[in-house]
Amino acid sequence: MVKLLNPRDFSSQPGYLDSGYRSTALRGPTKPLIPIRGVSLAAPVYGHDRIAPGDADLTVNGRKEGEPQGERIIVTGRVLDENGRPLANTLVEIWQANAAGRYIHVVDQHAAPLDPNFFGGGRCVTDEQGRYRFLTIKPGAYPWGNHFNAWRPNHIHFSLFGHQFGQRLVTQMYFPGDPLLLLDPIYLGVPAKSRERMVAQFSIDVTEEGYALGYVFDIVLRGENAAIWETHG
Amino acid sequence: MSGQDSTVTQLLGQTPSQTVGPFFAYGLTPQQYGYDWVSIAGGDMADEATPGDRITLEGQVFDGAGKPIADAMIEIWQADGTGAFATEQGRNTRFTGFGRVGTGMLGDGLFRFTTVKPGVSVAGEAPHINIIVTMRGLLMHAFTRVYFDGDARNDMDPVLAQVPPERRGTLLARKTSPGTWRFDIHMQGDAETVFFDL
Repeated sequence: MVKLLNPRDFSSQPGYLDSGYRSTALRGPTKPLIPIRGVSLAAPVYGHDRIAPGDADLTVNGRKEGEPQGERIIVTGRVLDENGRPLANTLVEIWQANAAGRYIHVVDQHAAPLDPNFFGGGRCVTDEQGRYRFLTIKPGAYPWGNHFNAWRPNHIHFSLFGHQFGQRLVTQMYFPGDPLLLLDPIYLGVPAKSRERMVAQFSIDVTEEGYALGYVFDIVLRGENAAIWETHG
Repeated sequence: MSGQDSTVTQLLGQTPSQTVGPFFAYGLTPQQYGYDWVSIAGGDMADEATPGDRITLEGQVFDGAGKPIADAMIEIWQADGTGAFATEQGRNTRFTGFGRVGTGMLGDGLFRFTTVKPGVSVAGEAPHINIIVTMRGLLMHAFTRVYFDGDARNDMDPVLAQVPPERRGTLLARKTSPGTWRFDIHMQGDAETVFFDL
């Protein structure tokens, strides 16, 4: 039996239609969501056995003939629920541009070089403390067609399941002090009070001497609602 | 202050959602798109040996101008033919019930899953498949459900009952040939699919 979740906190979330982010105009649902109450559903079961330890090291998993170009970074943090409980054994998937701001995806036509030694996809499963850790290359900024002179800030895409279907989260991690953040409609699509939850913190403690800068990015998913559980349990 | 209030004030803030963007394929659906990395799940969820009624679930995702969307990702999560969901403990089971595909490989934004028709997992509910839709231009993923047109149990389903009758049809897959069910997703417009706050 899965416990019921606290509601999604829509006051912290972006809307489906956003005047600054043009692609939402024809893609965001326009009718109100219909609440389903009292339904509890565990997170999907996927191919745990397909996740290799090397999948979390993006400086290695795309190598063909040498090291990837760019600034090595460590990105680590904990996956927690709103109650501060760590979510162990949950999948964290990431994908990102290379140091030059170019994705390996065939659709990306940005005139910046691909790196033959960088793939850009990674994944791992959190440990008992809800902790994940990636070694990667700091992604570059890149232009996009949303408006004149539009540039995406440096970011890493994250996808998480949590322990329940309703905890699913797809988000992006940003870097502290990036001047592009306050010009980016995707970042600005989130209410001001919760935007900084998407910005990693630099950490000298995570930084490895002579090797890689460290960033900490904790992720908070919806928590189990004790009060509702008592009522229905 | 009551104990309950103090619990509420201590809640951590939920991390906001962001769009999956246009370039998820090599990270989330690599095998389907021909990248050299194993996928954690795909569209072929069942084969001849999987117990249950094998079905194909296919459709397109349309934007508000009626144009097929070729860079969406569709995830489905369902019970097996007996109504049981796979569990972590049984994860090497033949049928996990989880499928994930992008709409960029079959042309015209088509998605296709090979699966089994789910059984009833909760007494009183009708067989259904849970869906998560995400794409560029969607700042937060959307939940919906697929029910099977013509199933008498739909009339009793407590979730369908919460949907205004005139919109229930947006949640019905329709049989187009034996074993093949069609479910189109309309992000906007008169036929806008019902999306849920789960």
